[in-house]
Amino acid sequence: MMEALQLPFLQRALLAGLLVGGLASYLGVMVVQRRLSFLGDGLAHAAFAGVALGLLLHEEPLWVAIPFAVGVSLAITWVRERSNLGDDTAIGIFFAVSVALGVLFMSLRQGFAPDAVAYLFGSILTVTQTDLWVMGLIALGVALLAPVWSHWAYATFDRELALADRQPVLLYDYLLAGLIALVVVVSVKVVGIVLIAAFIVIPAATARLLSRTFSAMTVISVAIGVFSVIPGLAAAYLFDVPAGSAIVLVQALLFALALTLRR
Amino acid sequence: MTAAAVEMQQYSVRFGEFQALQEVNLSLPQGAFVAIVGPNGAGKSTLLKALLGLERGSLRDGPTQVSGTVRVMGLPPRKVPPGWVGYVPQVKGFDRSFPALALEVVVSGLRRRWPFIITAQERKKAEAMLDKVGALALASRRLGRLSGGELQRVYLARSLIREPRLLLLDEPATGVDVVGEADLYRHLEAYQAERGATVLMITHDWEAAQHHASAVLVLNRRVVGYGPPEQVLCHECLSQAFGHVGHGHNLVLGGRS
Ligand SMILES: Nc1ncnc2c1ncn2[C@@H]1O[C@H](COP(=O)(O)OP(=O)(O)OP(=O)(O)O)[C@@H](O)[C@H]1O
Ligand SMILES: [Mg+2]
Repeated sequence: MMEALQLPFLQRALLAGLLVGGLASYLGVMVVQRRLSFLGDGLAHAAFAGVALGLLLHEEPLWVAIPFAVGVSLAITWVRERSNLGDDTAIGIFFAVSVALGVLFMSLRQGFAPDAVAYLFGSILTVTQTDLWVMGLIALGVALLAPVWSHWAYATFDRELALADRQPVLLYDYLLAGLIALVVVVSVKVVGIVLIAAFIVIPAATARLLSRTFSAMTVISVAIGVFSVIPGLAAAYLFDVPAGSAIVLVQALLFALALTLRR
Repeated sequence: MTAAAVEMQQYSVRFGEFQALQEVNLSLPQGAFVAIVGPNGAGKSTLLKALLGLERGSLRDGPTQVSGTVRVMGLPPRKVPPGWVGYVPQVKGFDRSFPALALEVVVSGLRRRWPFIITAQERKKAEAMLDKVGALALASRRLGRLSGGELQRVYLARSLIREPRLLLLDEPATGVDVVGEADLYRHLEAYQAERGATVLMITHDWEAAQHHASAVLVLNRRVVGYGPPEQVLCHECLSQAFGHVGHGHNLVLGGRS
């Protein structure tokens, strides 16, 4: 196990897992408390369309998927602010359009696409130096934006009071939407498109069960998001199973535990 | 002469096809305790929101048309320093599932942001305020587990914590028991005496309005009446206000002031 950590690709996998786990579980707190859990799924499929377009154009998929998913996320937010269709409907429409586009792009591409499978189910061992740099930059950005937590939390608690106190609530909504999209895209390689939403939702939901305050919920969520990666990756390495599945199952186990333990 | 606490001229708000407020004219002096009464849907909450600069509602409900002028202590609502105005929203407004302690809710009023960590100083201040409204025992209780009346006390403490000069209360006595209601008016009157603040309170309880308010504003999309309680809360003017719900245009504009 320890000598395995000498392997560069495993080091990259671990670092990627920790970064993505921490980011997703941090933003997940807002997502869960605002009842936007479906957003993770919607954006994962937008990332899928972006990746498919990147593969079709023979570009690095990340560079296509990032603007695509961020654009979809901002568009979802725009529709949510402007109609009373309900968040699930607004997200559902973009979800469907993204899948339709993704499938279309895939079919336009000649021949079999083995790399597409890697994106669907994740392949943490193929994380590159570039991927790590992008994750690191996003993590740095989110860390620098730490003071925004208070504003997001305030508007999550009571939007009207936040507005009455002259908070630029709308601006912070778009910022949150953009950041979630970024995190979803860089998580694709680590957990795969089909499992990203779990990374965002499960740690925060677990933390919600165990917390009396929103700050405690945030801290516990991040702790779960980060620390579930280590046993998850170890299990993946030892039993040769997909890392994304293993990590998500560890998180689910913690959720079940919290459900039985909470007072 | 000091500016009126609240002044509205030909102020109208229209949500799509629906006229919520129509040509409201009023001028409330500083230091007044004004009870706002009127039927459901009369635009009472809309009027308070206008004073907070929130008249446009959310974009979700379609376009909002606003005309006329509002001044709060001589300033347009959005120019008023937020610390000058305290606000207790109508009960239905907030998310009970948010994990928070009562103390945090009060501190959020102090900071105008959500607290990650509460400093000792903030704690002291918030506890003192909770104590004032008889809710110190609730400080470390969870928001979601408070009863309606307990919640109202916490929100009252929150609205008072920055010692506002104008207090806007949207049905603060809803769900509060008899003792709690008496407490509420005692706190409000004490605060007013101490600070010379202006209080605007929406209520469906005319008797309380009669006893505690210095003036009553009867609203049904338009101003139906304004003046001392014993003048305004007469049978005839109230039947005017309440008898024509949904036909705001037929109402006679109350001329007293
Ligand atoms: N953002 C909005 N969009 C559309 N219509 C609205 C909006 N806000 C309020 N209304 C409508 O305006 C009318 C007045 O609402 P308001 O909340 O001011 O009434 P109220 O006098 O406070 O009533 P209540 O006693 O029931 O609290 C209602 O018919 C309501 O449906
Ligand atoms: Mg109301």
